[in-house]
Amino acid sequence: MTTEMVGIEIEDVHLAFGKTKVLTGVNLTIEPGEFFAFLGPSGSGKSTLLRSIAGFGPQPDGHIRIGGKDVVNLPPWKRDVGMVFQSYALWPHLSVRENVAFGLKERKMPSSEIGPRVAAALDLVGLKHLAERMPNQLSGGQQQRIALARTVVVEPKVLLLDEPLSNLDASLRVQMRRELLALQRKLGLTTIFVTHDQEEANTTSDRMAVLDGGVIQQIGTPQTLYDTPENLFVARFLGTANILEGKVEREGGDIRFVAGTGDKLLLSGEADGTGAIVLRPQNIAISEKPDADTLSGRILHREFLGSQIRYIVQAAGTEMVVDQGHKAGEAGYLPDTDVHLKVNTQSAVWIPQ
Amino acid sequence: MTSSSRPAAGGRSLADRLPDALFPKLSGPAIVGLFIAIFLGGFLIFPVLQVIYVAFQDPGSGALTLRNFGDFFATSLFRESFVNSFYVSAMSVVFATLIALPLAYITTRFNFGGAMVVQSLGFIPLIMPPFVGAVAMQLIFGRNGTVNLLLREHFGFTIPFMDGLNGVILVQSIHYFPFILINLSTSLRNIDRSMEEAAQNLGSHGMRLFRRIVFPLAMPGYIAGAVLVFIKVFDDLGTPLLLNVNNMLAPQAYLRITSVGISDPMGYVISVILVAFSVLSLWASFLVMRGKDYSTVQKGGGGLARRDLKTREKVLAYGAVSLILLLVLSPHIGLLLLSLGTVWSYAPLPDGYTFQNYITMWENSQQYITNTLLYAGLAALGDVIIGTAIAYIVLRTGIWGRKGLDYLATAALAVPGVVLGIGYLRSFQGVDVPFIGEPLASWWVIIAIALMIRRLPYALRACMAALQQVSHALEEAAENLGASKTRTIRRIVIPLMMGGILAGFVTSFATAAVELSATIMLVSSDADSPLAYGIYLFMQTPSGRGAGAALGIVAVVIVGLGTLLSQIIVERDKKLKTQSGDH
Repeated sequence: MTTEMVGIEIEDVHLAFGKTKVLTGVNLTIEPGEFFAFLGPSGSGKSTLLRSIAGFGPQPDGHIRIGGKDVVNLPPWKRDVGMVFQSYALWPHLSVRENVAFGLKERKMPSSEIGPRVAAALDLVGLKHLAERMPNQLSGGQQQRIALARTVVVEPKVLLLDEPLSNLDASLRVQMRRELLALQRKLGLTTIFVTHDQEEANTTSDRMAVLDGGVIQQIGTPQTLYDTPENLFVARFLGTANILEGKVEREGGDIRFVAGTGDKLLLSGEADGTGAIVLRPQNIAISEKPDADTLSGRILHREFLGSQIRYIVQAAGTEMVVDQGHKAGEAGYLPDTDVHLKVNTQSAVWIPQ
Repeated sequence: MTSSSRPAAGGRSLADRLPDALFPKLSGPAIVGLFIAIFLGGFLIFPVLQVIYVAFQDPGSGALTLRNFGDFFATSLFRESFVNSFYVSAMSVVFATLIALPLAYITTRFNFGGAMVVQSLGFIPLIMPPFVGAVAMQLIFGRNGTVNLLLREHFGFTIPFMDGLNGVILVQSIHYFPFILINLSTSLRNIDRSMEEAAQNLGSHGMRLFRRIVFPLAMPGYIAGAVLVFIKVFDDLGTPLLLNVNNMLAPQAYLRITSVGISDPMGYVISVILVAFSVLSLWASFLVMRGKDYSTVQKGGGGLARRDLKTREKVLAYGAVSLILLLVLSPHIGLLLLSLGTVWSYAPLPDGYTFQNYITMWENSQQYITNTLLYAGLAALGDVIIGTAIAYIVLRTGIWGRKGLDYLATAALAVPGVVLGIGYLRSFQGVDVPFIGEPLASWWVIIAIALMIRRLPYALRACMAALQQVSHALEEAAENLGASKTRTIRRIVIPLMMGGILAGFVTSFATAAVELSATIMLVSSDADSPLAYGIYLFMQTPSGRGAGAALGIVAVVIVGLGTLLSQIIVERDKKLKTQSGDH
C-alpha cells in the first residue's frame, strides 16, 4: 500500500466569506512524503486552508497544485486526496467493513479485490477483528483508526488530517500521534496535519506553518520556529516567551539592547532601530551577584514543576518568566528575594518593529 | 406504587416494624401517581380491555370464542372493508410521500428563497380537521367539482379524484403529509455535514451519494413520519364518514354500534383489529429503527451543504412547490368559498357571495361552540395537570413503577378514537352518575374525559420536554436555601416549566376542539354536541353545507390561533432559557 509521493504547491491563495477575509496571500510548498503541520489558534484559517485543498467550502482564488496538477477547479470527488475528519464522520448506517469499502466501491473495484484491500487496511490500523461492528459500538480511538483506514485504503495521493486527535483523551492522544507518524512513514504519504496544539505539531511534523488571521506567519521546522521566531505572534504562540521592548544602541563594536527602563543587554547578532527581543525562560540564569549585562529584579512568585522551578521575576519593567533546572536537595530561591538575571544573549532573538 | 421503605434501623423489634410494612408511608408524589394510575386504569385500560374481551366472547352464551373473528372474515363486506382500510392507508403514505419528499428535499438541500414559507405552509393542513376539508375537496375535485368541470369543458375528460376510496386517499394524504415533511426535514437537517464530505472525499457525488449516504441517514425520520400517517389514516373515522365511504373498518365499527346496537360483536372485532394494527405498525417501526439513532455518532452538525439552483432548476423547483402548495391549500380555499357562497353546485365557483352562512351558523351553533370550549378546556387542563405530575414523577423521583405510568399514558396513542368511544359506551352504560341519575356513558363529562385521554400523550411529551430543560441544580439550589420539596416544585419547577405546560395546554385544547371520532360515539343529545359533531350534522344536508363550512372556518381559526399561540409561547420560552442558561 504505497503510492508515488507527490508534493503540494499552494500559490497566492485568497479566500473571503463575504467581506471577512479568511485566507490572504497564502504561498506554501510541501515536499513529497513530508509530514507537514498547519498550526494556529481557532479562527486562524488553518482548517479552511486544509478544506480548500480537499475541495470543500467556497472555491478560493489562486492555485493549488497536487503533484503538479492544479486542482482548484475540481470538485472534491475528483481530487484524490484523502481526508480524515475531526468528527471522524463514520457513516452510522454502515458497518466498519462497509465504511472502509465505500471508497473502493465508488472506484468500481471488483469485489474480489475489495475484500483483501479492506482486510489489509483494517490490519494496518490493528482493528481487523472489529470489521462487523457498527460505528456506534466503537470507542473514540477505534473510530479514529477506522476513519484512517477508510481514507488510506483508496491510496490517495495526499493525506489530510483535520484536528484528528482533538476528540481523544490525553493519554490516547500521545499514543495515537505516534501511531499516525509511524503509519505516515510506512506509507510514505505526503500528509498535512491541522492542529491548534503546538506539542502535537512539534512532535509529529517535519515542517510546519504557523497561521494567524488567515496569513502564514512563518514556515520551518519546529525547532527553527521555536528558536528563531520571525515575529512576536510566532514567539508567543510557540512556548513561553519573555518579550522586552526597546531600542538598539551602538557603542564602538558592541550592539546593545536598551529596554524602556534603561536596562541594557549586550546582543551577539545584528540588530538596529527599535523593536523587541525574545528571551526563552530556560535561557536566563538567576544569580545573587550583579555582573556586567545582568538585569536586577525581585522574585514575585515561584512554581515547582518537578524537573524545574519556574520563577516570576519583576525585572526590566515587566514580569519575566525564568526556568531553573531542579536537582534533588536544592532549595532554590524564595519569593521577595532580590536577584540578578544573566541572559544568554546568544539565544536572544531580535525582532525589529 | 409504594415508596420503597428503607431497612429499619437496627434494634427495633419486629412488632415495631410491622406497622411500617403493613401501611407503608406514601410520599406526596406517590399518592398522586397512584391516583393517576387508577384514573388511567379506569378510563383507558379498562374500557379497551372490555372491548377486547367482548370481541372474544360468544354473544349468546358469554363463553370465550374465536367465532366472532370467523364471522368477521366470512362476511364479504368486512373482508372488503379490511382490504380497503389497508389499501387507503398504504396509498395515503405513498401520496403523502410524493407531496412531502420534494418539499423536504428542495428546502433542505438548496438555497431556496421560499424555504421558510414552505416549511410553515407545510403545517397548515394540520390545523384543519381532515373531515372538514373533505366536503370542500368534494366541491373542487369531485365528479362535478371545479377541476373536473373545467377539464370536461376544455379537454372533454374527467379524473375521478374523489370517487370512493380515491377521495379518502386524497383528503388524508393532503392532511397528513406534514408528519412526513416535518420528520424528514428534521432528519435531513440533522445530518452532519462531514458525513457528506467524507463520501465526496472518497469519490462519491450526485445521486449515488444521495442513495448511499444521505437517504439512509434520513430514513429513521421518514419511517417515523410514514408510520404515523399509516396509523392515523387506518384509524380515522370522520373523513370516510363525511365522504360517505362506508366500506372501511372504522366507519363499519361506528355503523354497527349505532345501527345494530351496542351488543353486536362486530364493532368490537373491528376495534380489536384497529388496535392490533396500530400496535403492530408501531412495533414494526420500532424494529426497523432499532439501533438507528444516528444522532449519537454524529458530532459536528451544521447540516448538509446547500447548493445554489441553476435557472432551469429554479423554475422547476418553484413550479413544483407552487403546485404542491396549491393542492395542499385547496381544502382551505374550498372551505372559505363554500362558507361565503350562496349556492355552489355544478359550477366551478359559487354563484354569489354572502355572509348569510355565518349568520345562520351563529344562530344555530352557539351551543356547539360553548360546548367545545368547555370540553376542550377541561380536557386540556386535565392533560397538563396529569402530564406535569407524571413528568415530575418519572424524571425526579424514584417511585416504583414510574416508567409504567409514562407507558400507560402514552398507550392512548395506540387506541383509535372510535375504539375508546365504543369502550366507554360498553363499560359505562350501566354506571349511573351519583346524584344525577344519568348513565356515565351519556353524561357530557365523559366526552371531556375521552378527549383528555386522547390528547394526554401529546401534553405529556410537552411537559416531559419542559421538565428536562429545567436543570436539576436549580432545584437543589432552592432546597439548599431551605425550600421544602413541595415549595421547590411550586416556586421553581412549575414556573420554569410554564412555557412548556402552556404550549401543551394550547395544543391539547386546539386538537381536542376538532376531534370527531371518539365524540361522535359519545354524544347523546344535540345539546351536548361539540363543534366537530355540529359540522358533521350540518354537512348531512345540502342546505346546511354553507353554515357547516362557516362553522368549519371557526374550527380552523381556533386550531390555527392555538397553534400560533403555542409556537409563540415555545419560542419565547426558548429565548428566555438560552438567555439565562448559556453565556
